[in-house]
Amino acid sequence: MNRTWILAIAATGLAAPAFAASDATTVTGPGGVTLRSVTVDLPQSDREFPGTDAAAINNNCLTCHSAGMVLRQPPFPREKWAEIVNKMIQTYKAPIDAGDVPAIVDYLAKR
Amino acid sequence: MDQGHRVPMIGRRGFIAGAAALGALQRPTGALGVMMRDGDEAVFTTAFPQKGRMILQRTRPPLLETPFEVFDQGVFTPNDRFFVRWHWADIPEQVDVATFTLKVHGHVDRPLTLGLGDLLAMPRIEYAAVNQCSGNSRSLFSPRVGGAQWRHGAMGNARWLGVPLKAVLDRAGVKAGTVAIRARGLDEPVVPDAPAFAKSLAIDHARDGEVMIAFQMNGEQLPLLNGFPLRLVVPGWYSTYWVKMLSDIEVLAAADDQYWTKMAYRIPDTPHASVAPGQAGYAQVPINRMVPRSFITNLVDGAQVAAGKPLALRGLAFGGDQGVAKVEVSADGGGTWRQAQLAQDEGRYSFRQWHLAAPGPAAGPVRLMARCTNTAGETQPLEANWNPSGFMRNVVETTTLTAA
Repeated sequence: MNRTWILAIAATGLAAPAFAASDATTVTGPGGVTLRSVTVDLPQSDREFPGTDAAAINNNCLTCHSAGMVLRQPPFPREKWAEIVNKMIQTYKAPIDAGDVPAIVDYLAKR
Repeated sequence: MDQGHRVPMIGRRGFIAGAAALGALQRPTGALGVMMRDGDEAVFTTAFPQKGRMILQRTRPPLLETPFEVFDQGVFTPNDRFFVRWHWADIPEQVDVATFTLKVHGHVDRPLTLGLGDLLAMPRIEYAAVNQCSGNSRSLFSPRVGGAQWRHGAMGNARWLGVPLKAVLDRAGVKAGTVAIRARGLDEPVVPDAPAFAKSLAIDHARDGEVMIAFQMNGEQLPLLNGFPLRLVVPGWYSTYWVKMLSDIEVLAAADDQYWTKMAYRIPDTPHASVAPGQAGYAQVPINRMVPRSFITNLVDGAQVAAGKPLALRGLAFGGDQGVAKVEVSADGGGTWRQAQLAQDEGRYSFRQWHLAAPGPAAGPVRLMARCTNTAGETQPLEANWNPSGFMRNVVETTTLTAA
Protein backbone atom coordinates (compact mmCIF):
# COMPACT_ATOMS: atom_id res chain seq x y z
CA MET A 1 0.00 0.00 0.00
CA ASN A 2 1.18 3.46 -0.83
CA ARG A 3 2.95 5.30 1.97
CA THR A 4 1.10 8.60 1.46
CA TRP A 5 -2.21 6.77 1.58
CA ILE A 6 -1.39 5.25 4.97
CA LEU A 7 -0.30 8.65 6.29
CA ALA A 8 -3.55 10.17 5.10
CA ILE A 9 -5.64 7.59 6.87
CA ALA A 10 -3.68 8.19 10.04
CA ALA A 11 -4.08 11.94 9.78
CA THR A 12 -7.75 12.21 8.92
CA GLY A 13 -9.32 9.12 10.43
CA LEU A 14 -11.39 6.68 8.45
CA ALA A 15 -14.71 8.28 9.40
CA ALA A 16 -13.95 11.40 7.40
CA PRO A 17 -14.81 11.49 3.71
CA ALA A 18 -11.95 9.95 1.81
CA PHE A 19 -11.62 13.01 -0.40
CA ALA A 20 -12.65 16.62 -0.51
CA ALA A 21 -13.63 18.35 -3.71
CA SER A 22 -12.66 21.75 -2.43
CA ASP A 23 -13.67 24.14 -5.18
CA ALA A 24 -13.75 24.57 -8.92
CA THR A 25 -9.99 24.57 -9.28
CA THR A 26 -8.64 21.68 -7.21
CA VAL A 27 -9.58 18.21 -6.08
CA THR A 28 -7.62 16.74 -3.19
CA GLY A 29 -7.42 13.14 -2.05
CA PRO A 30 -5.74 11.24 0.76
CA GLY A 31 -2.07 11.95 1.21
CA GLY A 32 -2.54 15.47 -0.05
CA VAL A 33 -2.60 14.40 -3.68
CA THR A 34 -4.10 17.42 -5.38
CA LEU A 35 -5.19 17.87 -8.95
CA ARG A 36 -5.53 21.44 -10.18
CA SER A 37 -7.55 22.59 -13.19
CA VAL A 38 -5.44 23.49 -16.17
CA THR A 39 -5.89 25.92 -19.02
CA VAL A 40 -3.26 26.12 -21.75
CA ASP A 41 -2.79 27.68 -25.15
CA LEU A 42 -1.47 25.18 -27.64
CA PRO A 43 0.68 26.82 -30.31
CA GLN A 44 -0.67 26.92 -33.81
CA SER A 45 1.50 26.68 -36.87
CA ASP A 46 1.37 29.33 -39.57
CA ARG A 47 3.88 27.40 -41.66
CA GLU A 48 2.77 26.68 -45.22
CA PHE A 49 4.19 24.25 -47.74
CA PRO A 50 6.68 26.27 -49.78
CA GLY A 51 6.79 26.65 -53.54
CA THR A 52 4.67 27.87 -56.41
CA ASP A 53 3.08 24.42 -56.80
CA ALA A 54 1.91 24.21 -53.17
CA ALA A 55 -1.58 25.69 -53.51
CA ALA A 56 -3.38 22.33 -53.56
CA ILE A 57 -1.54 20.89 -50.58
CA ASN A 58 -1.91 24.12 -48.60
CA ASN A 59 -5.63 24.33 -49.35
CA ASN A 60 -6.43 20.73 -48.43
CA CYS A 61 -3.98 19.30 -45.95
CA LEU A 62 -3.50 21.87 -43.19
CA THR A 63 -6.96 21.36 -41.67
CA CYS A 64 -5.91 18.19 -39.88
CA HIS A 65 -2.17 18.68 -39.40
CA SER A 66 0.56 21.23 -39.72
CA ALA A 67 3.23 20.95 -42.41
CA GLY A 68 6.31 20.09 -40.35
CA MET A 69 6.04 16.32 -40.16
CA VAL A 70 5.23 16.04 -43.87
CA LEU A 71 8.26 18.11 -44.82
CA ARG A 72 10.43 15.85 -42.66
CA GLN A 73 9.46 12.63 -44.47
CA PRO A 74 12.06 10.75 -46.50
CA PRO A 75 11.68 10.82 -50.29
CA PHE A 76 9.11 8.35 -51.60
CA PRO A 77 8.09 7.40 -55.14
CA ARG A 78 4.87 8.87 -56.50
CA GLU A 79 2.91 5.63 -55.94
CA LYS A 80 3.80 5.65 -52.26
CA TRP A 81 2.67 9.27 -51.86
CA ALA A 82 -0.55 8.45 -53.74
CA GLU A 83 -1.14 5.62 -51.27
CA ILE A 84 -0.57 7.96 -48.31
CA VAL A 85 -2.89 10.66 -49.67
CA ASN A 86 -5.51 8.01 -50.40
CA LYS A 87 -5.25 6.75 -46.81
CA MET A 88 -5.81 10.30 -45.57
CA ILE A 89 -9.01 10.46 -47.63
CA GLN A 90 -10.37 6.95 -47.15
CA THR A 91 -9.32 6.18 -43.58
CA TYR A 92 -8.98 9.58 -41.94
CA LYS A 93 -11.81 11.21 -43.92
CA ALA A 94 -9.72 14.17 -45.07
CA PRO A 95 -12.04 16.49 -47.02
CA ILE A 96 -9.80 16.73 -50.09
CA ASP A 97 -11.19 17.78 -53.46
CA ALA A 98 -10.70 14.84 -55.81
CA GLY A 99 -9.47 17.24 -58.47
CA ASP A 100 -6.66 18.41 -56.19
CA VAL A 101 -5.27 14.94 -55.48
CA PRO A 102 -2.89 14.75 -58.48
CA ALA A 103 -1.39 18.16 -57.65
CA ILE A 104 -0.89 17.14 -54.00
CA VAL A 105 0.75 13.85 -54.96
CA ASP A 106 2.92 15.61 -57.56
CA TYR A 107 4.09 18.13 -54.98
CA LEU A 108 5.02 15.44 -52.45
CA ALA A 109 6.75 13.24 -55.04
CA LYS A 110 8.86 16.13 -56.37
CA ARG A 111 10.25 17.24 -53.03
CA MET B 1 25.58 23.43 -21.95
CA ASP B 2 27.19 21.90 -18.90
CA GLN B 3 27.90 18.83 -20.99
CA GLY B 4 29.69 20.79 -23.67
CA HIS B 5 33.00 19.28 -22.70
CA ARG B 6 31.70 15.77 -23.17
CA VAL B 7 29.57 15.97 -26.27
CA PRO B 8 30.30 17.62 -29.56
CA MET B 9 28.47 20.83 -30.33
CA ILE B 10 26.84 19.20 -33.32
CA GLY B 11 26.99 15.43 -33.72
CA ARG B 12 26.70 13.64 -37.03
CA ARG B 13 23.07 13.05 -36.23
CA GLY B 14 23.25 14.75 -32.89
CA PHE B 15 21.88 17.91 -31.45
CA ILE B 16 23.22 21.30 -30.68
CA ALA B 17 24.53 21.34 -27.16
CA GLY B 18 25.74 24.90 -26.71
CA ALA B 19 23.77 28.01 -25.86
CA ALA B 20 25.97 30.14 -28.10
CA ALA B 21 25.24 27.91 -31.07
CA LEU B 22 21.54 28.15 -30.36
CA GLY B 23 21.64 31.91 -30.36
CA ALA B 24 23.48 31.98 -33.65
CA LEU B 25 20.82 29.87 -35.34
CA GLN B 26 17.71 31.51 -33.97
CA ARG B 27 15.18 32.51 -36.54
CA PRO B 28 11.80 34.19 -36.27
CA THR B 29 8.92 31.79 -36.79
CA GLY B 30 5.71 33.63 -36.06
CA ALA B 31 3.35 31.90 -33.68
CA LEU B 32 5.91 29.32 -32.63
CA GLY B 33 8.27 31.91 -31.29
CA VAL B 34 11.95 31.13 -31.31
CA MET B 35 12.91 27.83 -32.88
CA MET B 36 16.35 26.43 -33.36
CA ARG B 37 17.60 24.23 -36.13
CA ASP B 38 20.77 22.19 -36.49
CA GLY B 39 22.52 20.61 -39.42
CA ASP B 40 20.29 17.57 -39.18
CA GLU B 41 17.14 19.66 -39.48
CA ALA B 42 16.14 18.96 -35.89
CA VAL B 43 14.05 21.90 -34.80
CA PHE B 44 13.81 22.78 -31.12
CA THR B 45 10.91 24.52 -29.46
CA THR B 46 10.04 25.94 -26.08
CA ALA B 47 6.59 27.11 -27.21
CA PHE B 48 4.50 24.30 -25.71
CA PRO B 49 2.73 24.70 -22.35
CA GLN B 50 4.25 22.83 -19.38
CA LYS B 51 7.12 21.74 -21.64
CA GLY B 52 10.77 22.69 -21.69
CA ARG B 53 13.06 22.55 -24.69
CA MET B 54 11.86 19.79 -27.02
CA ILE B 55 12.51 18.64 -30.58
CA LEU B 56 9.58 19.75 -32.69
CA GLN B 57 8.44 16.99 -35.03
CA ARG B 58 5.02 18.52 -35.66
CA THR B 59 3.11 21.46 -34.18
CA ARG B 60 -0.46 20.28 -34.70
CA PRO B 61 -1.36 17.76 -33.49
CA PRO B 62 1.77 17.95 -31.36
CA LEU B 63 4.68 15.55 -31.78
CA LEU B 64 7.47 16.56 -29.41
CA GLU B 65 10.64 14.51 -28.96
CA THR B 66 12.86 14.43 -25.89
CA PRO B 67 16.37 15.72 -26.70
CA PHE B 68 18.79 12.85 -26.17
CA GLU B 69 20.94 14.65 -23.60
CA VAL B 70 17.99 14.43 -21.16
CA PHE B 71 18.53 10.67 -20.93
CA ASP B 72 22.00 11.25 -19.51
CA GLN B 73 20.63 13.33 -16.65
CA GLY B 74 18.97 10.54 -14.69
CA VAL B 75 16.86 7.45 -14.75
CA PHE B 76 13.57 9.38 -14.62
CA THR B 77 12.54 11.67 -17.45
CA PRO B 78 11.31 15.04 -16.16
CA ASN B 79 7.66 15.75 -16.95
CA ASP B 80 8.53 18.91 -18.83
CA ARG B 81 10.87 16.96 -21.13
CA PHE B 82 8.67 13.88 -21.59
CA PHE B 83 7.81 13.17 -25.23
CA VAL B 84 4.38 14.04 -26.64
CA ARG B 85 2.39 12.32 -29.35
CA TRP B 86 -1.22 13.01 -30.37
CA HIS B 87 -3.20 11.61 -33.29
CA TRP B 88 -5.94 14.24 -33.65
CA ALA B 89 -5.71 18.00 -33.28
CA ASP B 90 -8.91 18.61 -31.33
CA ILE B 91 -7.30 18.48 -27.88
CA PRO B 92 -9.08 20.28 -25.02
CA GLU B 93 -7.03 23.24 -23.84
CA GLN B 94 -8.93 23.37 -20.57
CA VAL B 95 -9.65 20.61 -18.06
CA ASP B 96 -11.74 21.41 -15.00
CA VAL B 97 -10.96 18.90 -12.29
CA ALA B 98 -14.27 19.50 -10.54
CA THR B 99 -16.38 18.46 -13.53
CA PHE B 100 -14.15 15.98 -15.34
CA THR B 101 -15.55 12.44 -15.32
CA LEU B 102 -14.45 8.98 -16.33
CA LYS B 103 -17.29 6.81 -17.60
CA VAL B 104 -17.25 3.02 -17.40
CA HIS B 105 -20.00 1.37 -19.38
CA GLY B 106 -20.89 -1.44 -21.77
CA HIS B 107 -20.95 -5.06 -20.65
CA VAL B 108 -21.10 -4.25 -16.91
CA ASP B 109 -23.56 -4.65 -14.04
CA ARG B 110 -23.26 -1.03 -12.86
CA PRO B 111 -22.24 1.69 -15.32
CA LEU B 112 -20.11 4.27 -13.53
CA THR B 113 -19.45 7.96 -13.84
CA LEU B 114 -16.44 8.66 -11.64
CA GLY B 115 -15.19 12.09 -10.65
CA LEU B 116 -11.54 12.69 -9.94
CA GLY B 117 -12.35 12.74 -6.22
CA ASP B 118 -13.82 9.26 -6.49
CA LEU B 119 -10.62 7.99 -8.09
CA LEU B 120 -8.33 9.76 -5.62
CA ALA B 121 -10.21 8.04 -2.80
CA MET B 122 -9.52 4.54 -4.08
CA PRO B 123 -6.52 2.42 -3.00
CA ARG B 124 -3.49 3.31 -5.06
CA ILE B 125 -0.61 1.60 -6.77
CA GLU B 126 2.68 3.18 -7.80
CA TYR B 127 5.58 2.01 -9.95
CA ALA B 128 8.16 3.20 -12.42
CA ALA B 129 7.56 2.38 -16.08
CA VAL B 130 8.96 3.26 -19.46
CA ASN B 131 6.53 4.78 -21.94
CA GLN B 132 7.83 4.29 -25.47
CA CYS B 133 6.22 5.05 -28.82
CA SER B 134 5.82 2.07 -31.14
CA GLY B 135 7.78 4.04 -33.73
CA ASN B 136 10.60 5.27 -31.49
CA SER B 137 13.84 5.52 -33.52
CA ARG B 138 11.89 5.18 -36.80
CA SER B 139 14.18 7.65 -38.59
CA LEU B 140 16.97 5.05 -38.33
CA PHE B 141 15.11 2.42 -40.38
CA SER B 142 16.85 1.47 -43.60
CA PRO B 143 15.30 1.69 -46.10
CA ARG B 144 13.50 4.60 -44.48
CA VAL B 145 9.80 4.49 -43.78
CA GLY B 146 7.03 7.06 -43.41
CA GLY B 147 5.72 8.37 -40.10
CA ALA B 148 7.06 10.61 -37.37
CA GLN B 149 10.80 10.75 -37.93
CA TRP B 150 11.76 10.16 -34.31
CA ARG B 151 15.32 9.51 -33.29
CA HIS B 152 15.56 7.85 -29.85
CA GLY B 153 13.57 10.47 -27.95
CA ALA B 154 10.03 9.07 -28.24
CA MET B 155 10.47 7.34 -24.89
CA GLY B 156 10.59 8.30 -21.24
CA ASN B 157 10.54 6.80 -17.79
CA ALA B 158 8.37 8.06 -14.94
CA ARG B 159 7.07 6.99 -11.57
CA TRP B 160 3.31 6.62 -12.06
CA LEU B 161 0.72 6.86 -9.28
CA GLY B 162 -2.90 5.93 -9.71
CA VAL B 163 -5.51 3.24 -9.19
CA PRO B 164 -5.50 -0.22 -10.72
CA LEU B 165 -7.82 -0.45 -13.71
CA LYS B 166 -8.94 -3.74 -12.16
CA ALA B 167 -10.38 -1.94 -9.13
CA VAL B 168 -12.47 0.34 -11.33
CA LEU B 169 -13.66 -2.56 -13.48
CA ASP B 170 -14.55 -4.56 -10.35
CA ARG B 171 -16.58 -1.63 -9.08
CA ALA B 172 -18.53 -1.60 -12.33
CA GLY B 173 -18.95 -5.37 -12.26
CA VAL B 174 -17.66 -6.87 -15.48
CA LYS B 175 -20.20 -9.35 -16.84
CA ALA B 176 -19.43 -12.90 -17.89
CA GLY B 177 -18.49 -13.10 -21.54
CA THR B 178 -16.43 -9.91 -21.55
CA VAL B 179 -13.62 -10.01 -24.11
CA ALA B 180 -11.89 -6.63 -23.90
CA ILE B 181 -12.06 -3.05 -22.73
CA ARG B 182 -11.76 -0.07 -25.07
CA ALA B 183 -10.26 3.16 -23.72
CA ARG B 184 -10.91 6.64 -25.11
CA GLY B 185 -9.73 10.11 -24.21
CA LEU B 186 -11.12 13.61 -24.61
CA ASP B 187 -9.33 14.26 -27.90
CA GLU B 188 -11.48 14.28 -31.01
CA PRO B 189 -10.93 14.16 -34.75
CA VAL B 190 -11.14 17.52 -36.50
CA VAL B 191 -13.16 16.22 -39.46
CA PRO B 192 -16.56 14.48 -39.41
CA ASP B 193 -16.77 10.68 -39.53
CA ALA B 194 -13.06 10.18 -38.88
CA PRO B 195 -12.11 7.42 -36.42
CA ALA B 196 -11.68 8.83 -32.91
CA PHE B 197 -8.57 7.46 -31.22
CA ALA B 198 -9.34 4.49 -28.96
CA LYS B 199 -7.39 1.38 -27.98
CA SER B 200 -8.41 -1.96 -26.57
CA LEU B 201 -6.87 -4.38 -24.13
CA ALA B 202 -7.93 -7.99 -23.61
CA ILE B 203 -9.98 -8.27 -20.42
CA ASP B 204 -7.42 -10.49 -18.65
CA HIS B 205 -4.73 -7.91 -19.33
CA ALA B 206 -6.98 -5.06 -18.23
CA ARG B 207 -7.63 -6.92 -14.96
CA ASP B 208 -4.05 -7.96 -14.21
CA GLY B 209 -3.84 -5.49 -11.31
CA GLU B 210 -0.88 -3.65 -12.86
CA VAL B 211 -2.56 -1.70 -15.65
CA MET B 212 -3.19 1.65 -14.01
CA ILE B 213 -5.34 4.72 -14.33
CA ALA B 214 -2.63 7.23 -13.43
CA PHE B 215 -3.18 10.72 -12.04
CA GLN B 216 0.42 11.53 -11.16
CA MET B 217 3.76 11.11 -12.88
CA ASN B 218 6.99 11.79 -11.02
CA GLY B 219 5.05 13.12 -8.04
CA GLU B 220 3.05 15.73 -9.94
CA GLN B 221 -0.15 15.86 -11.94
CA LEU B 222 0.41 15.04 -15.59
CA PRO B 223 1.20 17.83 -18.04
CA LEU B 224 -1.88 18.38 -20.20
CA LEU B 225 0.00 17.19 -23.28
CA ASN B 226 0.90 13.94 -21.50
CA GLY B 227 -2.75 13.24 -20.74
CA PHE B 228 -3.95 15.33 -17.79
CA PRO B 229 -5.89 14.48 -15.73
CA LEU B 230 -5.87 10.69 -16.27
CA ARG B 231 -3.79 8.40 -18.38
CA LEU B 232 -3.91 4.67 -18.84
CA VAL B 233 -0.54 3.12 -17.95
CA VAL B 234 0.10 -0.28 -19.52
CA PRO B 235 3.53 -1.23 -18.18
CA GLY B 236 5.77 -3.12 -20.56
CA TRP B 237 3.59 -2.31 -23.56
CA TYR B 238 4.05 0.38 -26.20
CA SER B 239 2.52 3.76 -25.49
CA THR B 240 -0.21 3.50 -28.12
CA TYR B 241 -2.15 1.71 -25.35
CA TRP B 242 -1.46 4.43 -22.77
CA VAL B 243 -4.59 6.41 -23.64
CA LYS B 244 -4.28 10.07 -22.63
CA MET B 245 -7.03 12.25 -21.06
CA LEU B 246 -8.75 8.96 -20.35
CA SER B 247 -12.48 9.67 -20.13
CA ASP B 248 -14.29 6.57 -21.32
CA ILE B 249 -13.87 2.85 -20.75
CA GLU B 250 -16.20 0.60 -22.66
CA VAL B 251 -16.40 -3.03 -21.63
CA LEU B 252 -16.82 -5.18 -24.74
CA ALA B 253 -18.52 -8.55 -25.18
CA ALA B 254 -16.93 -8.96 -28.62
CA ALA B 255 -13.53 -8.18 -30.10
CA ASP B 256 -12.88 -4.51 -30.86
CA ASP B 257 -13.62 -3.99 -34.54
CA GLN B 258 -12.79 -0.29 -34.65
CA TYR B 259 -9.98 1.14 -36.75
CA TRP B 260 -7.27 1.91 -34.19
CA THR B 261 -7.21 -1.63 -32.82
CA LYS B 262 -8.29 -3.66 -35.83
CA MET B 263 -6.32 -1.87 -38.57
CA ALA B 264 -3.70 0.43 -37.05
CA TYR B 265 -0.58 -0.27 -35.00
CA ARG B 266 -0.14 -3.76 -36.40
CA ILE B 267 3.15 -5.59 -36.74
CA PRO B 268 4.28 -8.57 -38.77
CA ASP B 269 3.76 -11.77 -36.80
CA THR B 270 7.42 -12.69 -37.30
CA PRO B 271 10.54 -12.72 -35.08
CA HIS B 272 11.41 -9.09 -34.14
CA ALA B 273 8.35 -8.02 -36.19
CA SER B 274 10.75 -8.06 -39.10
CA VAL B 275 10.08 -8.59 -42.80
CA ALA B 276 12.04 -7.89 -45.97
CA PRO B 277 11.29 -4.58 -47.71
CA GLY B 278 8.69 -5.28 -50.35
CA GLN B 279 7.61 -8.54 -48.78
CA ALA B 280 3.85 -9.14 -48.81
CA GLY B 281 1.34 -11.67 -47.58
CA TYR B 282 2.52 -12.06 -44.00
CA ALA B 283 0.23 -12.36 -40.97
CA GLN B 284 -0.09 -9.33 -38.71
CA VAL B 285 -0.99 -8.86 -35.06
CA PRO B 286 -1.59 -5.78 -32.90
CA ILE B 287 1.66 -4.38 -31.53
CA ASN B 288 1.99 -5.42 -27.91
CA ARG B 289 4.83 -5.88 -25.41
CA MET B 290 8.08 -3.96 -25.62
CA VAL B 291 11.48 -5.53 -26.17
CA PRO B 292 14.85 -4.79 -24.53
CA ARG B 293 16.90 -1.73 -25.50
CA SER B 294 19.98 0.07 -24.26
CA PHE B 295 21.74 3.33 -25.02
CA ILE B 296 25.05 4.96 -24.29
CA THR B 297 24.01 8.38 -23.01
CA ASN B 298 27.20 10.24 -22.08
CA LEU B 299 28.86 10.13 -25.50
CA VAL B 300 27.24 10.71 -28.88
CA ASP B 301 28.27 10.00 -32.45
CA GLY B 302 31.21 12.10 -33.55
CA ALA B 303 32.63 12.75 -30.06
CA GLN B 304 36.42 13.05 -29.75
CA VAL B 305 38.11 11.17 -26.92
CA ALA B 306 41.71 10.75 -25.80
CA ALA B 307 43.48 7.67 -27.14
CA GLY B 308 44.84 5.34 -24.47
CA LYS B 309 42.79 6.92 -21.69
CA PRO B 310 40.09 4.79 -20.00
CA LEU B 311 36.59 5.63 -21.19
CA ALA B 312 33.96 6.24 -18.53
CA LEU B 313 30.73 5.10 -20.14
CA ARG B 314 27.21 5.29 -18.84
CA GLY B 315 23.77 4.78 -20.25
CA LEU B 316 20.26 3.51 -19.83
CA ALA B 317 18.69 0.15 -20.49
CA PHE B 318 15.26 -1.35 -20.13
CA GLY B 319 14.07 -4.89 -20.52
CA GLY B 320 10.81 -4.24 -22.40
CA ASP B 321 8.18 -6.10 -20.41
CA GLN B 322 10.81 -7.61 -18.08
CA GLY B 323 13.56 -6.35 -15.83
CA VAL B 324 17.14 -5.80 -16.93
CA ALA B 325 19.32 -8.86 -16.24
CA LYS B 326 22.54 -7.51 -17.71
CA VAL B 327 24.03 -4.89 -19.98
CA GLU B 328 27.13 -5.70 -21.98
CA VAL B 329 29.28 -3.12 -23.68
CA SER B 330 31.66 -3.48 -26.59
CA ALA B 331 34.29 -0.91 -27.45
CA ASP B 332 35.45 -2.74 -30.57
CA GLY B 333 32.36 -2.91 -32.74
CA GLY B 334 31.01 -6.10 -31.20
CA GLY B 335 34.25 -8.12 -31.12
CA THR B 336 34.44 -8.40 -27.34
CA TRP B 337 31.91 -7.59 -24.64
CA ARG B 338 32.30 -6.54 -21.01
CA GLN B 339 29.51 -6.57 -18.47
CA ALA B 340 28.47 -3.15 -17.20
CA GLN B 341 27.65 -2.37 -13.59
CA LEU B 342 23.93 -1.87 -13.05
CA ALA B 343 22.81 1.04 -10.88
CA GLN B 344 19.81 1.03 -8.55
CA ASP B 345 16.89 -1.15 -9.59
CA GLU B 346 13.78 1.04 -9.81
CA GLY B 347 11.56 -1.89 -10.80
CA ARG B 348 10.89 -4.30 -13.62
CA TYR B 349 9.41 -1.73 -16.02
CA SER B 350 11.84 1.11 -15.36
CA PHE B 351 14.91 2.42 -17.11
CA ARG B 352 18.03 1.13 -15.38
CA GLN B 353 21.21 3.15 -15.45
CA TRP B 354 24.50 1.38 -16.08
CA HIS B 355 28.21 2.28 -15.87
CA LEU B 356 31.36 0.85 -17.33
CA ALA B 357 35.01 1.90 -17.34
CA ALA B 358 36.29 0.72 -20.73
CA PRO B 359 40.02 0.38 -21.45
CA GLY B 360 41.56 3.30 -23.30
CA PRO B 361 40.94 3.02 -27.04
CA ALA B 362 43.67 2.98 -29.67
CA ALA B 363 43.85 6.04 -31.91
CA GLY B 364 41.28 6.02 -34.69
CA PRO B 365 37.56 5.31 -34.92
CA VAL B 366 35.95 3.64 -31.89
CA ARG B 367 32.69 1.76 -32.28
CA LEU B 368 30.83 1.52 -28.98
CA MET B 369 27.84 -0.76 -28.50
CA ALA B 370 25.58 -1.58 -25.56
CA ARG B 371 23.43 -4.70 -25.42
CA CYS B 372 20.68 -5.44 -22.90
CA THR B 373 19.47 -8.88 -21.87
CA ASN B 374 16.23 -8.97 -19.91
CA THR B 375 15.30 -11.25 -17.02
CA ALA B 376 13.47 -13.57 -19.43
CA GLY B 377 16.77 -14.10 -21.27
CA GLU B 378 15.84 -12.03 -24.33
CA THR B 379 18.79 -10.15 -25.81
CA GLN B 380 18.88 -7.26 -28.28
CA PRO B 381 19.70 -8.45 -31.80
CA LEU B 382 22.80 -7.31 -33.69
CA GLU B 383 20.82 -6.94 -36.89
CA ALA B 384 18.18 -4.22 -37.26
CA ASN B 385 14.59 -5.29 -37.83
CA TRP B 386 12.53 -3.78 -40.63
CA ASN B 387 8.81 -3.36 -41.19
CA PRO B 388 6.83 -0.82 -43.23
CA SER B 389 5.56 1.06 -40.16
CA GLY B 390 8.95 1.52 -38.52
CA PHE B 391 7.87 -0.21 -35.31
CA MET B 392 9.79 -1.98 -32.53
CA ARG B 393 13.37 -1.06 -33.33
CA ASN B 394 15.62 -2.67 -30.74
CA VAL B 395 18.85 -3.47 -32.56
CA VAL B 396 22.09 -2.97 -30.61
CA GLU B 397 22.87 0.67 -31.36
CA THR B 398 26.38 1.80 -32.33
CA THR B 399 28.02 5.04 -31.24
CA THR B 400 31.09 5.94 -33.27
CA LEU B 401 33.77 8.12 -31.68
CA THR B 402 37.23 9.21 -32.71
CA ALA B 403 40.17 8.59 -30.38
CA ALA B 404 43.18 10.84 -30.92
